Amino acid sequence: MSIPTQNQYCTFYVADHLFGVGVGEIQEVIRYQDVTHVPLAAHSVEGLINLRGQIVTAIDLRRQLALPERPADTLPLNVVVRTEDGPVSLLVDEIGDVVDIDESTWEATPPTVGGRIGDLVQGVYKLQNELLLVLATDRAVDVGASASI
Amino acid sequence: MTQDDDLAEVIGEFLVESGEGLDALDQAFVELEHDPTDVGNLAFVFRTIHSIKGASGFLGFQNLEKVTHSAENLLSQLRDATLLLTPEITTVLLLAVDAVRQMLLNIEQSGSDGDADHTELIRSMESLSHRPQSTTEPGVQVPGLDGRKHDGPTVHLPENAEAEVSRTSQGATQKEGVPVVPDNSSDEELSDDESKSVGELLVEAGRVKPEEVQLALEAQLAGDPRHVGEILVERGVLDSSDVVEALNTQRKEAGPTVNNSTIRIDVALIDRLMNLVGELVLARNQVLQFTANQPDSALVETTQRLNLITTELQAGVMKTRMQPIGNVWSKFPRVVRDLSLSVGKRIRLHMEGAETELDKTIIEAVKDPLTHLVRNAIDHGIELPEARAALGKPTEGTLSLRAFHEGGHVNIEISDDGSGIDVERIKAKAVSSGLISADQAAKLSERDASALIFLPGLTTATAVTNISGRGVGMDVVKTNIEKIGGVMDIHTVKGIGTTFRIKIPLTLAIIPALIVTTADNRYLIPQVNLVELVRLEADQVQSSIEKIHNSPVVRLRDRLLPLVDLADVLKTPKKTKVLLSAQDGEEEDFDSNLKPINIVVLQADDNQFGLIVDEVLDTEEIVVKPMGRQIKNIPAFAGATIMGDGRVALIIDVMGLAQESGVIAQSRDRSAGEAHTTTLEEMVATQPMLVLGVGSASRAAIPLSAVDRLEEFAKDIIETTGGKDVVQYRGSILPLAYVSQILNLPSSRDDVDTLEVVVHTSNGSSVGIVCDSIVDIIDETINLQATDSRPGVTGVAVIDGRVTDVLDVDFIADSVRLSGPSRSRSYAAVAS
Repeated sequence: MSIPTQNQYCTFYVADHLFGVGVGEIQEVIRYQDVTHVPLAAHSVEGLINLRGQIVTAIDLRRQLALPERPADTLPLNVVVRTEDGPVSLLVDEIGDVVDIDESTWEATPPTVGGRIGDLVQGVYKLQNELLLVLATDRAVDVGASASI
Repeated sequence: MTQDDDLAEVIGEFLVESGEGLDALDQAFVELEHDPTDVGNLAFVFRTIHSIKGASGFLGFQNLEKVTHSAENLLSQLRDATLLLTPEITTVLLLAVDAVRQMLLNIEQSGSDGDADHTELIRSMESLSHRPQSTTEPGVQVPGLDGRKHDGPTVHLPENAEAEVSRTSQGATQKEGVPVVPDNSSDEELSDDESKSVGELLVEAGRVKPEEVQLALEAQLAGDPRHVGEILVERGVLDSSDVVEALNTQRKEAGPTVNNSTIRIDVALIDRLMNLVGELVLARNQVLQFTANQPDSALVETTQRLNLITTELQAGVMKTRMQPIGNVWSKFPRVVRDLSLSVGKRIRLHMEGAETELDKTIIEAVKDPLTHLVRNAIDHGIELPEARAALGKPTEGTLSLRAFHEGGHVNIEISDDGSGIDVERIKAKAVSSGLISADQAAKLSERDASALIFLPGLTTATAVTNISGRGVGMDVVKTNIEKIGGVMDIHTVKGIGTTFRIKIPLTLAIIPALIVTTADNRYLIPQVNLVELVRLEADQVQSSIEKIHNSPVVRLRDRLLPLVDLADVLKTPKKTKVLLSAQDGEEEDFDSNLKPINIVVLQADDNQFGLIVDEVLDTEEIVVKPMGRQIKNIPAFAGATIMGDGRVALIIDVMGLAQESGVIAQSRDRSAGEAHTTTLEEMVATQPMLVLGVGSASRAAIPLSAVDRLEEFAKDIIETTGGKDVVQYRGSILPLAYVSQILNLPSSRDDVDTLEVVVHTSNGSSVGIVCDSIVDIIDETINLQATDSRPGVTGVAVIDGRVTDVLDVDFIADSVRLSGPSRSRSYAAVAS
């Protein structure tokens, strides 16, 4: 895994973890939208949202990262990232700041971090007070083959 | 700079127009073979080549000019009837057309007509001419007065040359309504297809006497190869400047009518307009919904106008994208001719309804499937002449293409009067290729058996030829047709012929769809698949719905209509419980019988089936929008759209839904052409799993395919027999197995009054698997690891990020089953 070349990251929280995506990959951040659920879709797919006339898939990052479900009384936010395949929305708990990072604080994900997080995190920046987990957006929007029975 | 731009533009126009001309040529040549003396066709062919030649000379494409010049020479003799068209000449001329096409392509790509050597072609064209090549060098001829097109073999000169000149020139008007050559290049001898002939104009202008023109025409008839103008100039009755002036006048007169009535538009621009109109339609729908409850009459009125204007605009923009299907068909005469010659067959192509219009994107999409079908018909369908004669058929086979509109769709039929498809051979082939079992084959109806040819990997050709027969094809054809929302079927009679019928929507962009709901979600069903709506009132339900084994059916006008519950297929919880997978002989005692049932009757392939939905709402014009790759391979959905309230709704893919629910065969292999057998391990590894919660934190999983229903039972209905817990379930006794006991875990539901039960049916009897909670359905590739043999557990896997025991459902079922297995279930690969 190579060191990401961006130095500004848009950050957000998912189940108390701080994640970051390079600002260049972010299209926009919008508040919670009505979601149309898609039966038979992969578990992580929350559904479809109407983004100004464009239909965008919303992926629940908690489920995608195999983290505990979001409490029912909180609404997620949409972090819309650009992908080869058009925009995809990542549902997150809370939006953080845009942070400038110091390249020298980069470290690869420790090998002990397993599971989905280990798969989807490219590496870690050691911020002063916490760790910024850099999300591999291409993998974060990949939900594998959809259900077909 | 601007000169370069101008030139580029001229070349661009030249390419487009020449291309159109060439496409029409293929067909004209084939027609000419049937009637070599067809003056109109000869004149058309000559004119097209002539125009390309003229423009290429002007634009400095010498190779192109040489080839077209030779072809023109040969054609002029054909037109003058000094030479009769033979297949040999046709072949050479078609080769010349191919060479021209290649050079045009070169010009488009590199700006030059290429350096391919065409001397051989030119020589063969020259050797076919009786006479030596015209002494006049190409491109430097005196501007021609083209009276020559009048003197086909059957045309006699009338006494009044003026009348003759004007009459015949009309017949020569271009079909397409576009000038054959760009304006800038018309300083050359290009006067053929204008409204008035130059001879006529000269007479009108008083430059020359009608008698002189007539004399010149007679000279032409006698074999003078030159233009009327040339003859007149040579005789000294006319100055060449007069001819040029007349040509200019002619162009001016013809110009406005042709040029002002049509313009060329970039397809990308029309696509963008179409997208915008699509957005407008959606916005209109939203505005309509919004104003429905507004008291302001002015607003309502304005909205109504907006509605009307949008509808008209939509129709208008759609029309700009419409093209006659003849655009695709035009290449078939050539295909048929070339292929039938190469396989030694005699085939007549009959086309009907070429003017039927379709959206451009659809035209593009059906091009390859149609070509494939045509090639197949030639190669496999129609027999050799000797074989046909032996059967008492005419030696010449007929291939018909027919297109017609029907209820918002276009039907295309491709039929041949060939040998038909030997259904028995197909069955044998399908069995030997392992696509179906011998048992299944024996049960297939004639119609279903002929539909086997749509299976990947099946060919009936005894030999693989270079045309077809490799067994990849028909499935791809069908898949491609289905991709554009079309349906396809086949009708074949051995010894009589085969007909393929394709039904496709007029346009893809905006389609009418029916809105239905199930479990409070809206879904859209394209009207192309809709047959009718049936509503069973509450008191009719019990008497109307019957069951064959597990499958509910309803009698609809004396035919059995299989029923599928949309909520079942989509695995969503349902509001009205219609227990469709009930067992044989069960009492229908569920409360659903008290509610009316809405059935949407749908057409998928040859089959009709009824889809049970909660509500049928309205129809709406919708714009199909693509979905992201995360969900686009769910077979049940074709796409999504945005509804009047701004929310997204899913569009149902009726074919996909029918396959998901087993109404029709799962013949669409996504990796078409590859034989694919699923092993048991693979099934476990890639199957969606139903994840159950057990105890406070443990999880277990069952392959979703083993799940029949999910139920919730009150604990107080549990009874016991022979030490086993059972409940009365839909008229029979359902033994219960507790996951917590199997896994040796404490249950977390001891303090709750209800049981979560997964109903599993195998070997004709059901068991209830009791868990503490239903967590989710997970579809991910799992890596199943064996465990120390714990009875009832197949293995352990990480599912959804949690360590999960995968249950051995068969073992569990057998451990609690009250009686032995009664019958085995067969998994048919092909629906009967």
